[in-house]
Amino acid sequence: MQELITRAKELLANGTVARVLGWKIGDMPYNPEPAFFETVESLDKFVYNGFCGANLSKYMIEASKLEGKTLVCLKPCDSYSFNQLLTEHRVDRDKAYIIGVGCKGKLDIERIKKTGIKGVIAIGGAEMTDACDTLAIDTIYGEKSCSYNDGMLERCHVCKGKEHKIYDELIGESRDTCDKERFAEVERIEAMSPAEKFEFFKAELSKCIRCNACRNVCPACSCRKCVFDSTKFDSAQKANVDSFEEKMFHIIRAFHVAGRCTDCGECSRVCPQGIPLHLFNRKFIKDINEIYGEYVAGAEAGSRAPLVSFTTEDAEPSIVNERGSK
Amino acid sequence: MYKIAKENLASLFALINETKELYLPVEVAGQTNFAAYTAEANVDLDTLKTVKSPKDVFFPQSENLYTCNKEDNKLKITPEKLVDAPFVVFGMKACDIKGIEVLDRVFLSDPVDSFYAARRANGIIVGLACHEPEESCFCKVFGVDCTEPAADVATWMIEGELYWKALTEKGEALTESVKALLTETCESKVEAEKSAVKAIVEKLPYSNLSLEGWNGNVLTEKFNDALWNELYKPCLACGTCTFVCPTCQCYDIKDYNTGNGVQRYRCWDSCMYSDFTMMAHGNNRNSQMQRFRQRFMHKLVYFPANNDGMYSCVGCGRCVDKCPASLNIVKVIKAFSEKGDK
Amino acid sequence: MSVNNEFKPKIVAFCCNWCSYAGADLAGSSRLSYPADVKIIRVPCSCRVNPMFILRAFEKGADGVIICGCHPGDCHYSTGNYYARRRMTMLFSMLDYIGVEKGRTRVEWVSAAEGVKFSETMNDFVAKIRDLGENVRLGDLRCKN
Repeated sequence: MQELITRAKELLANGTVARVLGWKIGDMPYNPEPAFFETVESLDKFVYNGFCGANLSKYMIEASKLEGKTLVCLKPCDSYSFNQLLTEHRVDRDKAYIIGVGCKGKLDIERIKKTGIKGVIAIGGAEMTDACDTLAIDTIYGEKSCSYNDGMLERCHVCKGKEHKIYDELIGESRDTCDKERFAEVERIEAMSPAEKFEFFKAELSKCIRCNACRNVCPACSCRKCVFDSTKFDSAQKANVDSFEEKMFHIIRAFHVAGRCTDCGECSRVCPQGIPLHLFNRKFIKDINEIYGEYVAGAEAGSRAPLVSFTTEDAEPSIVNERGSK
Repeated sequence: MYKIAKENLASLFALINETKELYLPVEVAGQTNFAAYTAEANVDLDTLKTVKSPKDVFFPQSENLYTCNKEDNKLKITPEKLVDAPFVVFGMKACDIKGIEVLDRVFLSDPVDSFYAARRANGIIVGLACHEPEESCFCKVFGVDCTEPAADVATWMIEGELYWKALTEKGEALTESVKALLTETCESKVEAEKSAVKAIVEKLPYSNLSLEGWNGNVLTEKFNDALWNELYKPCLACGTCTFVCPTCQCYDIKDYNTGNGVQRYRCWDSCMYSDFTMMAHGNNRNSQMQRFRQRFMHKLVYFPANNDGMYSCVGCGRCVDKCPASLNIVKVIKAFSEKGDK
Repeated sequence: MSVNNEFKPKIVAFCCNWCSYAGADLAGSSRLSYPADVKIIRVPCSCRVNPMFILRAFEKGADGVIICGCHPGDCHYSTGNYYARRRMTMLFSMLDYIGVEKGRTRVEWVSAAEGVKFSETMNDFVAKIRDLGENVRLGDLRCKN
């Protein structure tokens, strides 16, 4: 982290960049917030550790409108999002100075708390220089510990790899965190009967409070005005009407980002109700891979997304009848 | 003072539910929220904070106001029936009960909101004292005593037993109706629990948060402060903080086209949204900074100005736990104090 | 008695102006019958069908939705139906994934000359939806009264 701060200060001082987009130290051990730093002194509050899960690429849409370059810290998975935004002309490459930061997997305080830990005061073992093996947690109710992997976000368990797809320079080490099969959960649902599938999604989506955090955090949801914000639209953005009305919102949202979603996992990270929203996006990714050929959104800037392209030999929609549930 | 063993709570709930609707914390797909009791419901009294506050028992996220239907070429308007049967809310925490007090100020002052008033008149609140407060709690700052829920009935969960004490007439009546399941006991254990929990509250990192400088008389000064321009930046403009909050009370009224008529309903609104207070002439808060500022100014300045100094934050800490960008009211208060120090 | 109680499905058919809508006309002028349960909505191209149209139809009480467009290669706008094909494949797969019965949605390519195919397709689709019964998984409760 020190190397990162030193370099950021240097670039800010010599005028290469006008501001730094990173994370500011929080008032709890686990709540750093995304922040713009405009002075060298303010960078003393810069932090980069296991709790810096926020994907900063979406903030670059606004930063691209500002005067001068913005230094942005991107984790390997964030670099896919940046590329995707670049493909869609939503960010300006010339306005960004990208430092690819290393990643040892990002932590989720909710997961740590799910292991029964309460009243967290301090957390040790989450710094980038640590081995990221075990977290030593000091709580009001005594000393606790939690394995790093148990506290990790779902997305890190199915990590796409620690290679940055776009950067100006790289700082920091990474650690391989992929220890689960990416499509296993999707396959588990696919194997259910229609009634079971319906019950599963109904239970999950009935929790939705329509706060729109999933949409607002999503780097693929970059429309200037969302269809769900339209006053002429009667699936009002705020109404949580019957227990499963939210399916409309979530299916359409997943559809709108299909073929563009880089599976960065921010939607699931931010959901206050812990809905596994990535299961929608990942289903589309899996279908696209299987029916139209492997495609990784954001792996390469400028690539053509599968749903805005076609071949004359594409499968007919009736293929769903053969592939889908029995 | 009465008590009942934890394993007998299921029969207590069933007994209450025989005559009254019962709402309590229920776990669905890994998350606990207040919901109507059923025999199959996975009741969860161990989770300190439900994701959503229980305010939606009294002020639902969306509720119908009336329905218009076409019948024989005539318009038929059916107003929604008001709640007229008593119901019980079990397990509300002291901060959430204080939240209801805040909502009362809004909905029960003139003009009275009849939907809310009907629910308040029929609702019987059974409060549950906190056993293990968490680091994000700061109810003490707003004068809430988490060991003494100001409800119709106050309860404490101590070593596998629920201690039960009626505090109001409504509470006495409820106690009478379930007396068969309760046994009489003394208060000594409860007193010990209260002082133990109070000692923990003292140790919480936010318990000494200072509200100095926040009151109803600093409107212009705070409103024009340049600090807002910095603070709002990470805000994603989602409505998480407002929807999990026990005191946020803004709502919107909309019409839904059912194909054969119109259903007029109201639903929670959020000051974080771009169409908040949208009027025919447009929107009077055009930027996210203004909308962000509105939330905190409302809680810490406008509300006290209009309600004898009462803040409309109760320190439940849900926004601290849930904000996707790790922004929250505590950080805002601290940022202003730090600025003052310089 | 039984006639009155028989389930009358509501079917929405999105038909492309340049082919299947004319196909429906041809079916009519050739006196080929198809059930009156089918309500046709004319669209300029199968590609115009936004996935939201389909969900909205179900939400407001449709029991089945069928999209008819020009045969691949024959699109009036050259390529519209190719895009529609991918989109609908994805959407149908998603609906299957959340537990909506597969038979409720269908895509058929029907040209302006295929009055017979239009009538047969509709008869078959309506029969399938009758078997599936009422759509309860995608409807909005508010539209039921």
